[in-house]
Formats: sequence, C-alpha cells, structure tokens
Amino acid sequence: MKLRNLMASAGMLALIGAGASAQTLVYCSEGSPEGFDPALYTAGTTFDASSHPVYNRLVEFETGTTNVVPGLAESYEVSDDGLEYTFKLRQGVKFHSNDRFTPGRDFNADDVIFTFERQWKADNPYNQVSGGTWEYFNGMSMPDLIASIEKVDDYTVKFILNRPEAPFIANMAMDFASILSAEYADAMLAAGTPEMLNQQPVGTGPFRFVAYQKDAVIRYQRNAEYWDAGKPKVENLVFAITPDASVRYQKLKAGECHVMPFPNPADVQAMKDDPGITVLEQEGLNVGYLAYNSKIPPFDNPKVRKALNMAIDKQAIIDVVFQGSGEAAKNPIPPTLWSYNDAIVDDPYDPEAARAMLAEEGITGLSMKVWAMPVQRPYNPNARRMAELIQADFAAIGVGVEIVSYEWGEYLERSSSVDRDGAVLLGWTGDNGDPDNFLAVLLGCDGVGGANRAQWCYQPFEDVIQKAKITADVAERTALYEEAQVIFKEQAPWATIAHSVVFMPVRPEVEGYTVHPLGGHIFTDVSLAE
Amino acid sequence: MIRYLLSRLLTFLPTFLGVTLISFAFIRVLPGDPIIVMAGERGLTEERYAELYRQFGFDQPLPVQFWNYLTGVLQGDLGTSYVTKRPVWDEFFALFPATLELSLCAIVFAIAIGLPAGVIAAVNRGKLFDRALMSTALVGYSMPIFWWALLLIIVFSGNLGWTPVSGRMDLIYYFPQVTGFMLIDSLLSGQNGAFASAVRHLILPTIVLGTIPLAVIARQTRSAMLEVLSEDYIRTARAKGLSPLRVNGLHALRNAMIPVITVIGLSVGTLLAGAILTETIFSWPGIGKWMVDSIFRRDYPVVQGGLLLIASMVMVVNLTVDILYGLINPKIRARK
Repeated sequence: MKLRNLMASAGMLALIGAGASAQTLVYCSEGSPEGFDPALYTAGTTFDASSHPVYNRLVEFETGTTNVVPGLAESYEVSDDGLEYTFKLRQGVKFHSNDRFTPGRDFNADDVIFTFERQWKADNPYNQVSGGTWEYFNGMSMPDLIASIEKVDDYTVKFILNRPEAPFIANMAMDFASILSAEYADAMLAAGTPEMLNQQPVGTGPFRFVAYQKDAVIRYQRNAEYWDAGKPKVENLVFAITPDASVRYQKLKAGECHVMPFPNPADVQAMKDDPGITVLEQEGLNVGYLAYNSKIPPFDNPKVRKALNMAIDKQAIIDVVFQGSGEAAKNPIPPTLWSYNDAIVDDPYDPEAARAMLAEEGITGLSMKVWAMPVQRPYNPNARRMAELIQADFAAIGVGVEIVSYEWGEYLERSSSVDRDGAVLLGWTGDNGDPDNFLAVLLGCDGVGGANRAQWCYQPFEDVIQKAKITADVAERTALYEEAQVIFKEQAPWATIAHSVVFMPVRPEVEGYTVHPLGGHIFTDVSLAE
Repeated sequence: MIRYLLSRLLTFLPTFLGVTLISFAFIRVLPGDPIIVMAGERGLTEERYAELYRQFGFDQPLPVQFWNYLTGVLQGDLGTSYVTKRPVWDEFFALFPATLELSLCAIVFAIAIGLPAGVIAAVNRGKLFDRALMSTALVGYSMPIFWWALLLIIVFSGNLGWTPVSGRMDLIYYFPQVTGFMLIDSLLSGQNGAFASAVRHLILPTIVLGTIPLAVIARQTRSAMLEVLSEDYIRTARAKGLSPLRVNGLHALRNAMIPVITVIGLSVGTLLAGAILTETIFSWPGIGKWMVDSIFRRDYPVVQGGLLLIASMVMVVNLTVDILYGLINPKIRARK
C-alpha cells in the first residue's frame, strides 16, 4: 500500500472520522508499548506511545532541546529558600473523551494532585492498580523530596519540598509526571475498571488515543481541542509496530511508513544516498564509559587511570563498534546537555606516554578485568567487541586484560559492589535533561555501591555538584557543572568512551520533524507536504 | 473408538501437571533477578528492593509460590505480567489467533505442495523430477529463515511491489477484532478490499514459515511411499489391472500416511509455539516474540503461563494426531 493511496482513502477510516483532506502520518515504531500510563513504566518505546502523543505535563521539554518550557502550567514561581514551587495552571484545557468517558469539566488542580498522589500515597485507590511500582517516581527520589502538594485554588498548585533541589523542575517535565484526569479515574473506579487508565488513556495531549492492537498497530486521532492552537498538524497518527530494523527500512522505502527510528548503522550510508529518504541526525543524550574501581589499588591512583585512558584508541572504537554512529566522548555528559564544557581538551591517544606514566607510578606487569555487558545499548552497541579493542589497546602498553561478562541482572548487581574487581563497561541515558541526572547519579558519593560504578567519592567534586543541586539560577548552575567536568577530567574515574549518534530516516514529504535529545519521538509539529 | 479416546485423554492429566511444574521451575533456574533487570542501569535501594520482593511474592518459600500458582491455574488465573501489568491470559489470547492463523496457513501450504510432490517423486523414483525435487527439498530444509524472509521481502515487496512488506492488514482498514483471525474479521467487517489485503499480507510469511515443513513433508511422503510401493499387495493391485492413480492414490498413499501424519503433527506443534524469526521479520503480532521478550525480561508469570498454554495446545494437537491414526488404521484403535 502506497501512502498516496493511504491518504486518498483516509476517508475510509470511519471510526477515526477522517475528512477528505485528512493526513495520516505513519510511524514504524520499533516495539510495543508496555501500557499507556507512563508513570508505570520506564521504557522509551512506551513513552513514545503514551506520554508524548496523549499527555501533557505541568512543564515540558522544548522539542529538540533539554530546555524546560511551560506546559499545563502557564508559569511557576520558586520561593527564595528553594522549598516551594507554585504552579499557575492553564485554564480551558480539555481532556479527551472516549466511548467510556466524556469529561464533565476542564483540567484543574485536582488532576495534578491525583497524578502525583496515586504514585505517592499507599492509601490512594490507584496506588496498587496495575501492580503499580512507580519506578520513575521512586527512582527520582520523589517520595523523599516532596513534603506535600497543596491545592491553593482550582488553578494554583503548590509543591513543598523537604530540601531545595533545582532539578525538581526538570523532573516535572518527565514522562512519569504526565497529567491524568482525576475525573476519568473516578469514573473508571466506579465502573469497576480502573485498569482502563492504563489501557484506554485519556489525557490533554495533541493526539487522542483511538485503539491498540497488541504488537501490531496503535491509532491516534488529532485532538481538535488542543490548547496549543494550530497543533497538531496531521489528522491521524498511526504507529505500525515493526521490530526488525531491516524491515522498517524496506517499509520506509516502499512508502508504508513516513518515519522510522533506530536504523541499522550499516544501512545509514545507503539511506543517505537514497533521494527518497532524508536522514536526520543528532548526538544522543547518553554516555558510554569504562569505570575503574577507584577504591582498589592501583586504580585508586588518578595517574594510573589517566594513563590507561590515554592508551584507548577511541576513534577505532567509534569506527568498529559504532560503525560511525557514535562520537568520541571527552566529558561525562553529552554535548546536547546544557553546561557541557566544550573547553575541555580530551586526553590524547598516546600509548608511549601512557606506558611511561605507568612506569613512573611504578606499575609493571599489571593485569586487570574488563567487564563487558551482555546487552546492546545505544551508548554501547557491542560491549564484547569494545572490550576486545580495549584489551588490545592495553596489551600494547603491557597491561593484561581478562574480559568477563555475566547475565544482565547479575552484571548490574555485581558491578555495583564496592569491592568489585576491575573496570566495568556501562553507560547512561539521561532522564530529565539535567546535568545533575548524570553527574550526581553516576559520580556522586551517594551512588557508591550503586549507580556509581567507579565507586568514586571525591569531596571537591561532591561539593560542587551538591552546591549546584540547591542553586536555582541556571547561569550559576552552569558554571558549577562546568567546573565539575574539569575536576572529573583531572581525576579520571572513568574512561569516557562515546556518545551515540541518533539517526532518524524520514521520507522527504515529512516536514517539521525534530530529533529530540531526550530520545522521544514526537509528532506534534509534524506535517506532510502534498 | 470411545475407549481409545478416553485412554488418550487420561494421559493428559499427568502431562499437564508435569508441564506446570517444569514451566514454573524453568524460568526460576535461569540466573537473573527480575527486579534488578527491571531497574536497569539506575539500580534501586535495598528498601525498595525488599518492598518489590514482597510485592512479587518472592519472600514466600518456593513450594508455597508453586502452590499459589497451581491453584491460580486451576481457577483460570495465570497471573499478571510484571512488565505490562496485564493478565497473562488476556495477553495470550490477544496474540495467539495471529500465530494460529499463520501456522494453519503455513501447514496447509506445506501439505498442499509437499504431499503431492512427495508422491510424484516416489512414483518417478530416480528420474529427473525426483532428483530435482529432493535437492530442492534439501535446500528448503536448510534455508536460514532470516535470510530467506528478507530476500523475499526485498524481491516481492521492494523491487516488484506485489506484496506488503510486513504486518497483517493495510492501515487504511480499521475494524474491531472479533475472532482475532484477520481472514475472518476482514470478511465480517464488510469493508471492501480488507479480505484481499489480509490474504496479501499472509502470502510471504506463509511461504517463509511453510518452507521447512514443506521440505520435511515432501521427503517423508516420498520415503514412506517408496516403502509401501515395494509391498506385495501393491504388485497384486497392479496385476489386477487397477489404474495407476487408484493404486498410488488409494492403496499406497493411505498406508504411507501414518509417518506423514506424525511429521505433520510435529510440525504443527512447533509452529504453534510461535515462530520467533518469522514473526519478528514480518511484524506479525504472535506469541513467539512475546515469549522470547518475556524470557529476557525474566517476566516469570508470562513465561510460565505462556509455556503452559503452548504445551496444552501441543497436547491437543498430539491428541488429534492419535485420533487420526485410529481413523486411518483400524488396527491401532483395535489394539486398545
């Protein structure tokens, strides 16, 4: 089926109610959503199908950046002590309707309170619905952070925190903070079908959910009453779930879809050469690294870590492991994140100097383990191959490497341990576009024995990131994080290996698509040229 | 015949219990903790881990967990997926019709071509047709599915544009799922062209999935026929002056059918378990990919419940094969 026919016959979508000139945008998604209540899940594939089309948040990430802009809150104020966030809500915002529910009122403060309380309070009737584990709400430490949420009036909500925390506002733009309808929740509870919140989502977002055929197709229709006037541009949005990357490519070529994510790196060149396909690209919001255990000699010596870093040929890794779809990393945060310190100069690849530095520190005949993850990740598409390249690089300076690997769950658990042996390959994809989400989570003292795989607790660094965490002013925070990156570079708890490059092949008639650094695939601003 | 049936049915119960136990044990023997896998790179605090551990019921001794699972199964409750938070039962029956539809098409395709091809090859033993067919069957049998599927897609969907690349239905058609079988639902929808679209979407996956069973059936039919054709009664039938069609088709084929039906039954059993590669390549929403994804995520309820349901289906197929034996060969049912 060609898209031309598809558009011409869009009128046949009786249930979708498409008009004669209606446009249908088809997105060949890579997998199935786990459900449609974003707070229950953590996978990007789920967010693409739920939080981006169906919902809004109090504040939103501006598509294409990590900047936070107004969403369902027109504005917000932070008290001087950084403990109170007061949101002024937008008025006249409509929730979607479906065959079970027609909203009786506009969006208001009750919806905000319901959205968070169900994740937070065990006595909320929705707390246990759908086996709710609220991974992100808990993972972002919201239960510790929030003291109370108060409804000041119908259109004003105040969050009171237990401690000042600047990244809080970015958290409010995350998927788990998508605003659900309290009225719909009450109606479904009364009808004895509370799980419908997760199966037939009702939000305020640009697209209304129509239907989901498991593992096959998700259908959305334009929300004609969307508060952001003039958006979205297309009448129908369809996700054609296509797990295999080669098949997505064939479907894009055959005109069975307009946009596809995650091409095979090996296909990217052919796509760029194809006049029928436009390839958009941007660095991903992630970092792949090799974390030494800084608590165990000789890796407790920054000079040893630095020497090893200089022995790694990152360009070879980019060419072989990423097949070009990556960029060498010099900082622990990716270049698309604000406060990225571009003034930092990476350690040169210099095996001779590395060997000399090790000799200076009295290190001879060193042998170590390098851990290779058993799974594929955007920040590391082939950890085994990467480990082999590092093994060869280290052998060249006289360091012996034994490569070890475990089943993924085991790997995550064992690599967290403080007395772990050797250096671990791992990485991180940012959650909320805040530098704190990289620097504090992965390198802060609280993370030792957990997400801080270098087991690195260095007071001068810790002081800077803790100060940045409680500073509200973005310019001040930027300066602090830039300083933190300088300290990181001197101390070298990791070898920063790479940031992935995200490629998005789209058909030429697709207009207004922006690659989003936070990884979401967002179609609010997309239109199709005739 | 009824006694024969009852005796076959009685073997069901111990097999069912055994499968329940094995499916429960299998996923728990694998290394990897579902809670840790779920938390991913982020990790989680010890308190949070303990909380989830209790919530998933892992704090109970294994025999108690098994007992809870077994009593649930007997009441028709297979548990809830850790990942999607939906009942395993609902998920299975949302996906199984797709697998069943494709499996049936593939097996019908394999029989429709494999059976006559095997008979003709046997009758023309050693001649060009026989040799050509048997070497083709060998190629088909050893075909890497992934490569074969992509090749067909590139040629027929990409270059020629005759068939759609993947999926079950053109996106312009939209109708509620009644039976879950696209061929039936498209007819029920009354939408013009929907049935044709369902057929067009089935062609390539049917060929890909049917290739190996086709080769197996053709080879099995040929060797079973060759054995029967050398029997004395065939010579007698020929000597009586019966037409070759009657000799080969009626006397020989019927007696050659028992091993062929066994092979067909085994193939159907394998197909019902879901064809992971075919389903992945053709974006076919069946149970193969669902099961494999769940194993990687250590989604215990889905893996144990899915295995149990698949095993039950295979047992039903085996029972059908046993009944067919009895129908074709009276000696088998008389023995019981």
